[in-house]
Formats: sequence, structure tokens, C-alpha cells
Amino acid sequence: MEKVTDEYSIKYDTTTSTIVWKGIMRLNGKEYDPITALLNEVIALEPTLLTFNLQELKALNSSGITLLGRFIYSIRHKKNIQLLIQGSQNLAWQKKSIKNFQRLLPNLLLEWQ
Amino acid sequence: MVQTFGAFNQDTLESQEYLKMRFSPSSAPLQQRWKNNGVSADFLADYIITFFPNDENDPILSEKEAELKGAVSYIANELLENAMKFNMNTSLFPVKLEFMLYSDHVTLSVSNSLVSENVPEFQSFISELLNTEPQELYIRQIKQAEEDNLNTSGLGLLTMIDDYNADLSWTFESHLKNKAELPTHKGFISSFFKTVLSLLPHQSNISTLTVVTTTVQLSI
Repeated sequence: MEKVTDEYSIKYDTTTSTIVWKGIMRLNGKEYDPITALLNEVIALEPTLLTFNLQELKALNSSGITLLGRFIYSIRHKKNIQLLIQGSQNLAWQKKSIKNFQRLLPNLLLEWQ
Repeated sequence: MVQTFGAFNQDTLESQEYLKMRFSPSSAPLQQRWKNNGVSADFLADYIITFFPNDENDPILSEKEAELKGAVSYIANELLENAMKFNMNTSLFPVKLEFMLYSDHVTLSVSNSLVSENVPEFQSFISELLNTEPQELYIRQIKQAEEDNLNTSGLGLLTMIDDYNADLSWTFESHLKNKAELPTHKGFISSFFKTVLSLLPHQSNISTLTVVTTTVQLSI
């Protein structure tokens, strides 16, 4: 399960249940649909601890933040899945935006690089 | 008619340090030129940084610079994405992005034309944005997007206020659509239509377009 382009890549590692996000994602609305589909495939596997590694995701536009926010909000009912986000303090957008994700899912785990 | 919303920009004089970009949105399909938004925003962020002292040995200064660069790149990209999405491409108004540097702040502003029928919806979102606690609105917008299965949530403007502590203001100027669409290089036809327009009664059914300017002020 992966989506790779010149600008960004999203890869799911089944052994560690980690989705690694890299690059610059500033897609236009519906272009995010394949990524939503990928997230839904991962959720269907019901990993007990799902990790999003965002440490090399240099930029994300507000449509991308909406996609992540919606996903995080949607898994609040899935009591068997714990979500961990690994972020980087060196990326301004993450310092600003990741704190909002905790408001959508209070038991979200955060790990800063 | 001009309408203003938000913390209206108090700068009476244009700064001597500025950069202005103009885009001709009808020259290629939106999807094809979508990448230009990010390219232009990153260029603007790199450009702005050159006005600040560059001292790699000062970690506090370097961090402040990185924050400003990140903020400008994010905000300029969001402004351009919105302008390109909502711009009325049949009008001859270009989309404009402007940066101005002042002693204690910078402003980023974007102008685009809108079909006037779409103005009330945008203005009602602006008043919601200005009158609701940002964190409450953030959660409400995400929930709404999830319930209605939307790719957009109005989060661009909201995150500028909530995450980047920016002050936002808007001006709406309505224009006669026909006038704005006259090709300027066809002088004779243009003046002919202008004459026809001037002969029409004031309360005619000519549809209008509105030029909206969104200005974002960031402290430095």
C-alpha cells in the first residue's frame, strides 16, 4: 500500500504498522481521494498501534490538514486502534497544526523529533 | 460599492519594500497550473527572508526566520489556492499577490474576481470566522467535513488566525461584469460598448462581478 509521486510519497509498512509521509503535499481537493482510500485500507487491517511518521512531510496545505483531521476524528470510535503521530519540531506547520489533532482525538499519542 | 470586513488594514502608505505578482488565470486549466501556487508561495517566502539578518550562529534568530518562512509559504499558498479556485476566469481581472514589508509587520494580500452571486456565502463565512472562537470553529469544520464527506473545510483562513496568529481583513468591490470583460486591445469595440453601457438605465439587469482582496498581516 503506497502512493509515490515526484513531490511526495506515502508508504505503509505492514511489519511496523507505520505510514511514512514524505515530501510536499499541496494537492487540489479531489486529488486527495486516493490517499483517503489508502488510509481506509490500512484501517481495515485493524492495527492495534498505527503510527503516522510525518517527520519528513515538509509542507501540507489546508486540504491535506482537513484529510488528516477527518481521519483522526473518524477513528475516535475505534477503541481497538491507538494512533501515534511522530512529528518534527523543525517543520513550522507541524508545530502549529499537530496540537489541533489532539483536540479531535484526546488519546492521540505524540512523539517529537 | 466597497465593503470591508475584519481588522481593516491601517497602513496608509505603501511600503517601499514590496513584491507584486500577477497571474493570468484563464491561460491554462486550473489543474495544470495548480503547482504554480506552491512554487510562487515558496519563492515569496525565500524572497522575504533576504530582508532579515542572517546569523546562523544565533539559534533564536535562525528559529524566528524559519518560522516566518514557514508561515509565509503556508499562508501565501493558501491565499493563492483560494484565489485560483474561486476566481471568475472569464473576467479580465488578473489574480494578484502582493507582499509588503513594514517596520514591525508584513502583509500578504491576494485579489481575485468573484461572480457577485457567490459573495453572500463568502461574507457569511467571514463573519462566522470573525465571531467564533477559532478552536471551536476548527473542530466544527472538521466534523462537518467528515459528516458531509467534503475535501474542503474552510480551514485555510482559519488556520492562519489560529495557528499563525495572523490578522485578516477583506475588501469587496463590485464592478460591472461587461465592462470588466471588454478586451482592452480592441479599442474601437471597447469604446462602442462603453457608449452602449453608458446609455443603459442605471437599474439594468447587467450582472456584476466583485473583486475581493484578502489581506493577511503577520507581526515580525
